[in-house]
Amino acid sequence: MDLGKKYIVGVFDDDGVLLKGVKQVRSKGVNIEEVYTPFPVHHLEDALGYKRSRLPIVSFLFGITGTTLALILQISMMVVDWPMIIGGKPFFAYPDFVPVAFELSVLLAAYGMVGTFFVRSDLKPHAKPRIFDLRSTDDVHIMAIDLAANSLSEEEISVILKESGAVEVNNKEFED
Amino acid sequence: MAVTSHIRPPLITGGKQIKDVTHDIARHVEAKPNPMWLAGMGLALGALGIGGFTVYRLLFFGIGEWGLNKTVGWAWDITNFVWWVGIGHAGTLISAVLLLFRQKWRMAINRAAEAMTIFAVLCALMFPFLHQGRPWVGMYWSLPFPNTFGELWVNFNSPLLWDVFAITTYFLVGLIFWFIGLIPDFATIRDRAVAENRPIAKIAYGALSMGWTGGARDWMRYEAVSLVLAGLATPLVLSVHTIVSFDFATSVIPGWHTTIFPPYFVAGAIFSGFAMVLTLMLITRHLFELKDYITINHIETMNKVITTTGSIVGIAYITEFFIAWYSGVEYEQYCFLNRMTGPFAWAYWSMMTCNVLSPQFFWFKSIRTNVYATFVLSIIVNIGMWFERFVIIVTSLHRDYLPSSWAMFSPTYVDIGIYLFTFGLFFTLFLAFAKFFPVINMAEVKSIVKCSSGTHETEK
Repeated sequence: MDLGKKYIVGVFDDDGVLLKGVKQVRSKGVNIEEVYTPFPVHHLEDALGYKRSRLPIVSFLFGITGTTLALILQISMMVVDWPMIIGGKPFFAYPDFVPVAFELSVLLAAYGMVGTFFVRSDLKPHAKPRIFDLRSTDDVHIMAIDLAANSLSEEEISVILKESGAVEVNNKEFED
Repeated sequence: MAVTSHIRPPLITGGKQIKDVTHDIARHVEAKPNPMWLAGMGLALGALGIGGFTVYRLLFFGIGEWGLNKTVGWAWDITNFVWWVGIGHAGTLISAVLLLFRQKWRMAINRAAEAMTIFAVLCALMFPFLHQGRPWVGMYWSLPFPNTFGELWVNFNSPLLWDVFAITTYFLVGLIFWFIGLIPDFATIRDRAVAENRPIAKIAYGALSMGWTGGARDWMRYEAVSLVLAGLATPLVLSVHTIVSFDFATSVIPGWHTTIFPPYFVAGAIFSGFAMVLTLMLITRHLFELKDYITINHIETMNKVITTTGSIVGIAYITEFFIAWYSGVEYEQYCFLNRMTGPFAWAYWSMMTCNVLSPQFFWFKSIRTNVYATFVLSIIVNIGMWFERFVIIVTSLHRDYLPSSWAMFSPTYVDIGIYLFTFGLFFTLFLAFAKFFPVINMAEVKSIVKCSSGTHETEK
């Protein structure tokens, strides 16, 4: 994502007002870069027009990879490489392979999905996040608007934000 | 107009606003530890140290240090293992199953319950690890490594190996589920540290929060991940104790080869897990002044779960007896009569009293809403659940098929010390968690402040 330098930041103190505000601001043709909230606000992603996350599909793909790997592991060891007679059971004692296959499916599905999530959202221990307002992880919702991505002027956007229920409108500049 | 439901009591009391949630929970992370916490940590470290000595005895002198004999070859080690794994069920049950059922009351307790789960499973893992006697070569016996004796692999037909995979997976998935939930709260603490300019907290919580900003895209993914993890963890939590019960159920020992074991163990695990959650929550609630978040309503709900699962366990005990008689197998019948009337009858009746009788007190509203009664009963339940595992394991073994092989079991100080060691480990980790991590999921609780604290205005 191309990150701009000059931002207008709308501050909202209520999630209900924020939801309506997002719709209103967007309907006036303002391009919102991102909305930062202290807790998940339901339907915000719809209001912003985001597509549903495909992480569940990723999880499923990792899950079936886990099942396959677990079965290959068990069959290659117990049936192909070193078959052993244990209590007269058949070498390919498939019910016995179910628990490990299940566990490895879950393990890979969980870790594969979380890993993808970290990569996709760029979450890492040494990340240097852009914080528009320190209160956005406490009790206010922040709407960040990149000036470079909008044709409207700073003043026009400020007025639209105020009309949409923002309690504060600030400017924020980043150096990098 | 304030919204107050006449059907459901508010989940958060005391008229809290969103800002209060951050303050009430984050301030314990930021403040200096209080004296009660220091005393608790001292006790926990003491237990860890004393227990650590017995771990040294075990590793250097072998499992002969335990009170085991030829007849009773499994006793406190596996009893403690199953006990800890059982306790480690409540956290995932609360955070995953209750998430799928949209039970919002879970939000105030899921963080601490998950922490408890992870630490309990870690304690449980100590026993399979230590009971090998020489754990440093144990890798070859428990993981599919090609070893130096030729290409001899581990045996995938063995429930003990399934256990290795089940417990490890459960631990790792529980850990990541817990961590995902913590990220937004770490970001809150990071931002507070930046605002107040506290350098160490800035670096530590900055790294832990992984650069979380709370953007709508990230929240959308976070919610998707949480839901899928809950969906994955739900069958996982049921599978773990099922597989643990296979250790016994797939054997041919009278008293062990019982098909009822998987559901019976799972019910028992939820029963003991909830009891342990209550024990810890009541202490945390008191120490950190969280009475508005962990309300009497929470305690009452958990007590209802305890009564339900306790009664299921009671029915399982009776079913076992019936089937022992009905099977017509005299060894099976003798085994169960011996449990009830033999030399370990005291353990059996302790189990019955603690697990079947004591939770029935929660039928009375005055008892299940009483903090002190709940605390005492929650501890009694866990004593009972320890005896359950002891009864299943030791009384099924100690009177072998031949009377000449009959034996008794009594623990040595090393048996007791290693149990103490796991207690020390558990409480050290839990207290460290309670001090340095937010004990309540702030972000989730904030999302219900508006609809469930009875303070906000209705939307038109």
